[in-house]
Amino acid sequence: MTWLKQLFLRRQQYRELSEEIQAHLDEKVEELVAEGMPRKEAMQAARREFGNLGLIEENSREVWRWPPVEDFLSDIRYGMRALRHNPVFATVALLTIAIGIAANTAVFTVVNSVLLKPLNYPKAEELVALHQVAPGAEGLADFEGGLLLSPSMYFTYSEHNHTFQSLGVWITGTANVTGLAEPEQVRTVAVSDGVFETLAVPPAAGRWFSHADQTPNGPPRVMLSYGYWQRRFGGDPSAIGRNIIVDSQSREIVGVMPRGFRFVDADFDLAAPLAFDRGKLILAGFGFHGVARLKPGSTIAEANADLTRMLPIWMDSWSNGPGTNPHYYQAWRITPTIRLLKKEVIGNVSEALWVVMATIGLVMLIACANVTNLLLVRVEARQQELAVRAALGAPWARIVRGVLVESILLGLMGGVVGIGLAYAGVRFLVAIGPSNLPRLNEISIDARTLAFTLLLSVFSGLLFGLIPALRYAGPRATSTLRNVGRTVSASRERHQARNLLVVFQVAIALVLLVSAGLMIRTFAALRTVDPGFTDPQRLQVMRISIPDALIAQPEMVTRTQNAILDKLAAIPGVKSAGFASEMPMEDFDSDWDEIFAEDKVYSGKAIPPLRLYKTISPGFLQTAGTRLVAGREITWNEVYAIQPLVMVSENFAREMWGTPSAAVGKHLREFNSMPWHEVVGVIQDVREVGLQDKAPEIIYWPPLVHNRFDPVARTSTFVIRTDCAGTESFLNEVHSAVWSVNANLPLASVRTMQDVYDKSVARTSFTLVMLGIAGAMALTLGIIGIYGVMSYAVSQRKREFGIRLALGAQGGDVLEMVLRQGTKLALFGVVIGIAAAFGLTRLMTNLLYGVKPYDPLTFVAVAALLMLVALLACYVPARRATLVDPMVALRYE
Amino acid sequence: MPKPIPRDLFPGALEMMILRMLKRQPLHGYALVQLIKRTSQDLLQIEEGSLYPALQRLLKEEFVKAEWGVSSTNRRVRIYKLTAAGAKHLEREVSSFERMLEGIIRVLAPEES
Repeated sequence: MTWLKQLFLRRQQYRELSEEIQAHLDEKVEELVAEGMPRKEAMQAARREFGNLGLIEENSREVWRWPPVEDFLSDIRYGMRALRHNPVFATVALLTIAIGIAANTAVFTVVNSVLLKPLNYPKAEELVALHQVAPGAEGLADFEGGLLLSPSMYFTYSEHNHTFQSLGVWITGTANVTGLAEPEQVRTVAVSDGVFETLAVPPAAGRWFSHADQTPNGPPRVMLSYGYWQRRFGGDPSAIGRNIIVDSQSREIVGVMPRGFRFVDADFDLAAPLAFDRGKLILAGFGFHGVARLKPGSTIAEANADLTRMLPIWMDSWSNGPGTNPHYYQAWRITPTIRLLKKEVIGNVSEALWVVMATIGLVMLIACANVTNLLLVRVEARQQELAVRAALGAPWARIVRGVLVESILLGLMGGVVGIGLAYAGVRFLVAIGPSNLPRLNEISIDARTLAFTLLLSVFSGLLFGLIPALRYAGPRATSTLRNVGRTVSASRERHQARNLLVVFQVAIALVLLVSAGLMIRTFAALRTVDPGFTDPQRLQVMRISIPDALIAQPEMVTRTQNAILDKLAAIPGVKSAGFASEMPMEDFDSDWDEIFAEDKVYSGKAIPPLRLYKTISPGFLQTAGTRLVAGREITWNEVYAIQPLVMVSENFAREMWGTPSAAVGKHLREFNSMPWHEVVGVIQDVREVGLQDKAPEIIYWPPLVHNRFDPVARTSTFVIRTDCAGTESFLNEVHSAVWSVNANLPLASVRTMQDVYDKSVARTSFTLVMLGIAGAMALTLGIIGIYGVMSYAVSQRKREFGIRLALGAQGGDVLEMVLRQGTKLALFGVVIGIAAAFGLTRLMTNLLYGVKPYDPLTFVAVAALLMLVALLACYVPARRATLVDPMVALRYE
Repeated sequence: MPKPIPRDLFPGALEMMILRMLKRQPLHGYALVQLIKRTSQDLLQIEEGSLYPALQRLLKEEFVKAEWGVSSTNRRVRIYKLTAAGAKHLEREVSSFERMLEGIIRVLAPEES
């Protein structure tokens, strides 16, 4: 407890010390006087021999304290006082920093939540996605980005692997739930045995599916998501054990998953067991996502090798039916490329997010440069004070520390205000963030974000404090005591630091504006892309699914769909209606198969590439605004007669037969047992995947086909062309129209095609908005920076201008002089910025479309804009310089 | 800029000398300086003020204690006294200093031929 006692006794200690020292001096003086020295001289001599009184007292006191902390505290007190005495400086600096820190914190929150935080599963680092590629299966690798698993693959991998604790497959879908309220289409996930064990998240109520639930003829079971449980059962625990009607089949609820639980990246309402019938499986059916948990210590490379080892076992154990070659898939060269589940979830947004983070970081640098400038001016004004302190014996390190403490204090205060702003910023980001941004619902400010903000605050405080501190509080500070008085004009050296900062700011602003400009050009280029449909805001789309249990017979399904179309077309204001298996960019799992042409020879091992195929109804093309390039559409009569007719995309026609018209009359089929289908029409290329992606080759089947596996498309997107798209009254009419045909059919994904289109460009528009904001901030800060420096330079040279004007210089000369100086700085900045931008914009190549990263137009336009703005920022201070009254300027002081 | 301890002394030297002086008799600050100067026959350049930080350190370590009293010249002064711990410390310091000195002398001694 002695230190506590010391703390209390300290004041007394200090007083006694002072008294003692005074007594010492008195005694010395007395003695010297007694020796015959005059009192005045004696006092001086006593002082001289004693040494630096203030410093000695200070050092003596220091013995009783913990100097690093206490000096620091006193520096802080001093810093706070200094800031309080300069409210304008403090406010401007604080706001600049706070906004910079807020922007950085907000973006970091998103980066942290989406990219850095582990997924919400226990030991998420062990989780992997069973991703594989098939470079030999042409058409597949460049579209879905991989080959999904087939059920037989799942059994092989699950039973023969050495590297996984558990693995399972899953697939998303939709189902109709009836009997609860209005019929409702819900999002479903069907899972195999092993999926829950792999993800290892315990249920919130009830239990997972058991092995028995996964047998093909077992009792039908279902699990609920937390949200669905709340929505439909009010969170009632007695829901467990009750039955609901899913796709006209009664299923028992066995469990509820906790809030926020997702299957990898899929939100869902219901989960059902896949319940594969092992005896009926074939090799094919590559439609399932695989997820697995690595054994502790197993690496991804080992797991890849493990899967590679099992592929021959898979081909030996199963077949595609009698007479087929089970080793046929060797030609596909299936290669496992397992990746961390997190990577699978994040997908391709990491690039856009990092680019945004980097640009916001650059904005922070500009903000720091501005504050540095402010501090430089302030420290310069305080030079005399600092020089006096140095002369009085303050170690220069201490003075430097004082300046640094003040700037770090500014940084920290900026951080506190910034975090407040960041909360608002995060909400803004989530609002404008692409709705398909993975993990959007997980975005939140956490401890890591706060640590980031703290570090950023301290670091930026150091950054903008260091230059002024070293420049004016350094060892040379003492020498300035003499010449702070009267100087005619500022020396070149005194402006160097500030000029460099301006050059730096202009350069960074240029980089940011060029990035933003490139995104604008990308966006403009995307706008001119013909997506393959017209007027998306007048296209109402929705999904309707007719389950097997409701209507079994294929033709009846089509007749029901046809009846719905007729009812929809009869609604007043509707121009036409049609349906397709999906609309472009809807991003549902698409269908692929090998397509054979009658006039091509497929000898030996040569296999045709996989093609995307879709189903479209008569009238669909006209409704969507998709052009027919050659031939004609299929009619309803031909559909019901199951005439073997087909349509193809223009690029497919060109690839196979050279021209669209040459394709008409040719014949295609999917597999041997299917009759040859005659090509009657060729359809324009459609941006099926997204505006930025190349249009794939597409085969368009009619709704009813000779296909023993899949004779009718049960789930379709209905499209209605009307000026009333999206209005509530229209949607009510749509509902009654559909229910007048069959009251058990729910509508899902009801939206306009514009929504689909916007979602498809969401990543681009998000990046554009963010870079736009960063660019605007950079430009504003840059203007403030140039303006501030030029104003200060002019005010410093007031007397010089006065002399010049008195000696006969014209106002125009002075104006030109100042403008020339400002232009020179801006030009340096622009040149350096262009060089930097050349290097940096290449990093965003993947985000661009239709524009090169070194697009000359953007570079020239941005450079011109910056020069213009810089000139304007210089003009105001330059104008002030010409208005200097020589007499006033010379009489100054 | 003056240093707290004159450059001719190594850290701890001043403290050691103070303790040695106080071992003979309790003294106040001014008398202590004069005594050190006199005893060293002005060989040591000691800034008078530098005594005080050293005294504070010794006080803190409780090697000395201080009491207000009246000096021979009838002044109110703070008189320092060696404590038992201080005496022990002095002994340790002196013996370690002597060893160090001996070492230095050996190194500095002319080379043996």
